[in-house]
Amino acid sequence: MAHGPKPGFTRWLYTTNHKDIGSMYLWFSFAMFLLGGCMALVIRAELFQPGLQIVQPEFFNQMTTMHGLIMVFGAVMPAFVGLANWMIPMMIGAPDMALPRMNNWSFWILPFAFAMLASTLFMEGGAPNFGWTFYAPLSTEYAPPSVTFFIFSIHIMGASSIMGAINIVATILNMRAPGMTLMKMPLFVWTWLITAYLLIAVMPVLAGVVTMMLMDIHFGTSFFSAAGGGDPVLFQHVFWFFGHPEVYIMILPAFGIVSAIIPTFARKPLFGYSSMVYATASIAFLSFIVWAHHMFTVGMPIAGELFFMYATMLIAVPTGVKVFNWVTTMFRGSMTFETPMLFAIAFVILFTIGGFSGLMLAIAPADFQYHDTYFVVAHFHYVLVPGAIFSITAGVYYWLPKWTGHMYNETMGKVHFWLAFIGLNVTFFPMHFVGLAGMPRRIPDYALQFADFNQIASVGAFLFGAAQLVFLFNVVRTVRGGGKATDEVWENPQGLEWTVPSPAPYHTFSTPPAVR
Amino acid sequence: MWNISGVNVGQTPVFRNSQRLLQGFAILLVTALRPKRTSICCVAGPLQCDRRKAARENNKYGDLQAMLMGLKRLFAFLFLSILTPMTFAQQAASEAVGDAVGEAERWGVNMTQGVTEVSRTTYDLHMLIFWICVVIGILVFGVMFYSMWRHRKSKGYQASQFHESTLVELAWTIVPTLILIGMAVPATKTLYDIYDTKEADLDIMITGYQWKWKYDYLGSDVSFFSNLSTPQAQIHNELPKSENYLLEVDEPLVVPVNKKVRFLITANDVIHAWWVPDLAVKKDAIPGFVNEAWTRIEEPGIYRGQCAELCGKDHGFMPVVVKAVPEDEYHSWLNERAAAAARIKELTNKTFTFDELYARGEKVYNSTCVACHQANGQGVPGAFPAIAGSKVATGPMDGHLSMVVNGSSKNPAMQAFGAQLSEVDIAAVITYQRSAFGNNMGDTVQPIDILNFKNK
Repeated sequence: MAHGPKPGFTRWLYTTNHKDIGSMYLWFSFAMFLLGGCMALVIRAELFQPGLQIVQPEFFNQMTTMHGLIMVFGAVMPAFVGLANWMIPMMIGAPDMALPRMNNWSFWILPFAFAMLASTLFMEGGAPNFGWTFYAPLSTEYAPPSVTFFIFSIHIMGASSIMGAINIVATILNMRAPGMTLMKMPLFVWTWLITAYLLIAVMPVLAGVVTMMLMDIHFGTSFFSAAGGGDPVLFQHVFWFFGHPEVYIMILPAFGIVSAIIPTFARKPLFGYSSMVYATASIAFLSFIVWAHHMFTVGMPIAGELFFMYATMLIAVPTGVKVFNWVTTMFRGSMTFETPMLFAIAFVILFTIGGFSGLMLAIAPADFQYHDTYFVVAHFHYVLVPGAIFSITAGVYYWLPKWTGHMYNETMGKVHFWLAFIGLNVTFFPMHFVGLAGMPRRIPDYALQFADFNQIASVGAFLFGAAQLVFLFNVVRTVRGGGKATDEVWENPQGLEWTVPSPAPYHTFSTPPAVR
Repeated sequence: MWNISGVNVGQTPVFRNSQRLLQGFAILLVTALRPKRTSICCVAGPLQCDRRKAARENNKYGDLQAMLMGLKRLFAFLFLSILTPMTFAQQAASEAVGDAVGEAERWGVNMTQGVTEVSRTTYDLHMLIFWICVVIGILVFGVMFYSMWRHRKSKGYQASQFHESTLVELAWTIVPTLILIGMAVPATKTLYDIYDTKEADLDIMITGYQWKWKYDYLGSDVSFFSNLSTPQAQIHNELPKSENYLLEVDEPLVVPVNKKVRFLITANDVIHAWWVPDLAVKKDAIPGFVNEAWTRIEEPGIYRGQCAELCGKDHGFMPVVVKAVPEDEYHSWLNERAAAAARIKELTNKTFTFDELYARGEKVYNSTCVACHQANGQGVPGAFPAIAGSKVATGPMDGHLSMVVNGSSKNPAMQAFGAQLSEVDIAAVITYQRSAFGNNMGDTVQPIDILNFKNK
């Protein structure tokens, strides 16, 4: 290799290396995951029993809001960008990302955005307390003064995501090794290409909606105030036009990761590669025309309700195709169950359960009973925790030997998996029950009949939190040492990333590889 | 700031329970993480241990034994990690909930069937889709678990290399589409039913406020606010919690049974959502817009619900209570309410003593002002100003009147109470605020003064 990394801190500050930037994204995301997780534990501790014990309602609302924002924008999205940085150039045989300086910039503005967001906790009037969906006018006329800082930090996060997305599109479309046609790309690359387009399409919408809020708060406009001729429901339409594609932004790369892991440990090619690509594209398209299913109770005309109900139900078809493909890939394979495979299988099962509750929520008349209850909380945690978080975890275990050159500790990985798996189900499954029984979401205190399941959920949450410390310990241990990983790491895995040595050298594919 | 209340952690139930929790986890971790050899040896004793060691060295049954041991440990781990939190949580819950809620209502896992035709149809729809999901789940997971059991490398299963089949892929695209159409038909029918708000027997205007509901019976003079009636002491764990903790109000919405009641739903400040599960009615209350919903309750009774859209600090503390009564009872109630409203109006011309006003004012304060300004009048620093020693409450009377009647021009959370409270109640609460919490102004304001102020 021509040269290695610079010594010292400036290596990280000035780096334009996709591997360094990928690592920084991943560590940053893990830090945010722990921070957002601690906030979730504050929520669960308060909900352990009826009555107010630990925090007051104002602070409780700040916790739910910050937990959501940090997990979505700080934990899940940067983790996927980190994996993309590490893996996409290695998967398509490129020497680096197409726009390395912008890559550095898009990472380094993130810590500032989140430092600003977190600092609102210490401001007079407290942090944003209007939920991560920040519906107007609660987030405009009735918001604490810190809302302006919140708006600015959202702008920065959005800019970071857009730059990251442009970089990924440019890399995939321009820097594939000769012979790497689009339909030969690994699914992780495909899903990220589609995700990047979603990001470019909707992050500006988010920037638009927070700018409209800013105008309403400080410059006397009335976009969302009925008193001035505006419409509070307009906020929800614009927000969810961003928000629904956003939830697919948090799940499509996960599909890609799982589609890489399952074939490796089933020792069998992925079933239905091209239908996977088309299903991903269909989901991406549908994500733009279903946003108002988050708003079935705002009083839309019946034609609107019906359209959004039908369109939402349709999403079940391509999603079902994906699940069937994964199951068929496993069928008549020769399976082993190392940690990445365990997480990937749990992903398929639990994400499917989240998909079932999603289908139930799509049915508008039934949604009138589910809407804004814990059933919804259970649903989106079932798709996001086993969906996004488990797939990221699976990906980390899967590629960590390639990154570090060391094998992680398998026993510890399995302990992590089972603790997380049990913790997750103990936490989120009972939420279906209390939701159906009538417990609204985002409340700091609840009626007595919900007490039992809430206590179980709280215990599960702490178990899930503890599991992540095992993960941290295992990863740190692997980075620092451990058994040597082979170049292939697993048994005959597919993909260019396994053709480079372990650990992957600082520069890979300086000359493009030959792709059959 | 960190609004963590000053509780004595050592004495809270959370702490007592957390000790039990830690014990449980300790057992769990020890069982799971104990090294292979010692775990079995310790339990089985040295004799068997030797035999096992010998067997392992022999390697005759070594693999099987290792697998059995692994399975044993796995099951012990699964069992304990599920059981520990469950027992622990159940005990703790019994402690917290006590006898307040009947066993039947606890552990509720499903949607209510409710007391209207729409709520029953909704329930049926919910169960239909649930069972369809269960069947699909059993099929998909069944294949998956079968394959995970049979097609393992450890069993020497050779991987097949097939990776596509157009026929199968077409089938699992078309069949789900047909199932979805099957679901959409009843859903569409129910939706049309829910949207049919025509030809109502009675119209009630529902207005969401931070954090209470206002009900106007259109076509009559009856109009009132419905506030949470659970005492603060119960919320702060100073008194045992009553049966309908957080689901009780001072004045429920009273409606006749077997009549089509139309709700016109709006809000005064932020978005709320009016929800009663037994009626299957949930509709957003949006400031500046009026939504419609309807119900026809079939059985007399009391039906409880809550605000379902995050609306600020006390979103969890604005319940909805609907009391459905036979029609004649409803009419006599309505007449009584109208007469009471007329009596309040008459009181506007009466002159009250300081003590009368103070006593009434305390009640009004505790239902209307307490959520923000708090029971001790200290407010919440940074969010809601204190009444105790405030410039308004210890300043000129006109300023105080203006603040209560017109609301604050700076802080939208301070609503204009002129339209929400009667003159008598405004006079009473102002008198109370000026002398309570150590303000000691000792002055009074009469209902007629409020009327004159409003008309100025």
